[in-house]
Amino acid sequence: MTLDEIFGLYNYWVVICLMMTGFYIVIARKNLIKTVIGLNVFQTSVVLLYITMGKVTGGTAPIIPPEIAAQHGEHHEHSTAHSTAHSTAHMTADAPHLDHATEHGHEAVTPLTQHADHVHQTASAMADHSTELIYSNPLPSVLMLTAIVVGIATTALALALIVRISEDYGTIEEDEILLIDQRDSSH
Amino acid sequence: MFVSIFILTLLVVTAITIARIGDLWAAVMFTGIFSFLGACWMLILDAPDVAFTEAAVGAGVSTFLMLGTLALAGKTEKPTTSSSVVPLFVVAVTGAALIYGTLDMPHFGDPNSPVQTRIEPSFMEKSQSDMHGLPNVVTALLASYRGYDTLGETAVIFTAGIAVILILRRSNDGFKSNDVFNSQSNSRKGSQ
Repeated sequence: MTLDEIFGLYNYWVVICLMMTGFYIVIARKNLIKTVIGLNVFQTSVVLLYITMGKVTGGTAPIIPPEIAAQHGEHHEHSTAHSTAHSTAHMTADAPHLDHATEHGHEAVTPLTQHADHVHQTASAMADHSTELIYSNPLPSVLMLTAIVVGIATTALALALIVRISEDYGTIEEDEILLIDQRDSSH
Repeated sequence: MFVSIFILTLLVVTAITIARIGDLWAAVMFTGIFSFLGACWMLILDAPDVAFTEAAVGAGVSTFLMLGTLALAGKTEKPTTSSSVVPLFVVAVTGAALIYGTLDMPHFGDPNSPVQTRIEPSFMEKSQSDMHGLPNVVTALLASYRGYDTLGETAVIFTAGIAVILILRRSNDGFKSNDVFNSQSNSRKGSQ
């Protein structure tokens, strides 16, 4: 095993260590709150595992920088304007070109082709921009956002059950609860 | 790289402290710290959205809920009398199996791993024209492409909320099955 491999995999190993710590807390500790804490630790490690897989070296967060996003939005409007302007010349977007189009009717073809060239230029400029930027994978982030929120729901439910158990049994230690239950069933 | 290693070391130390400490109050606070360190690492791993959620939900709400439970259910853990050899063995075997499984996994940050090459480019390209230039792709995925997922998640939270209310409901508000449950529990207390 080379040093390169160790550096490539060490984060998985750390995450597995964390997971196993959570697992240990769940199976070795008899206190119910401690068990829920162990589940939480386990869940956070699973989230970390997924997020780790989505990372790309030299990448950045999957948020498009404002200037590129603005170009895109503009590009979108332009292309709709371009496609519909042939049939209905009274579009709202990009006033000067389209005023021209309403004035000259069929002659509007020339400015529209210019317009199309312009769109093409922005598109290629944008492509240049996006080749410079590498984004990390957004999909694990989305899945883990859902997992975290579902996790808090299950934690809340488990804690409510623990409160209920402590009201009834007066203890939240697993072995004491079992003892009480055995005594009850023998009576 | 070094920040990453530092945070990972802190995470492991915190997790082991949580496992060993007997004071539940301290364990809950360490869980908050653990979640927050996790959030810091997620920020380094280019997932700011998850980091925000983990810091708010994992370190915030969940710590709050646990402290509330502690106030209602007792603060100290009974020292364990049973031996921890069997759990340690199980954990070691499982961990070894998992580490063996990582050996042929794509390396950290590898741009050619299956995770990156299967779906990602199309989402990054598609979302710009589909969402009219919405900058955050995670938002686009969460609210639109995987909108049903989010809807299901909302349903889960709703169900959990209802369940918590029903579990913690007092007997004097006329909920019949709960009355039965409480009378059973009272008789159990009487028999102790």
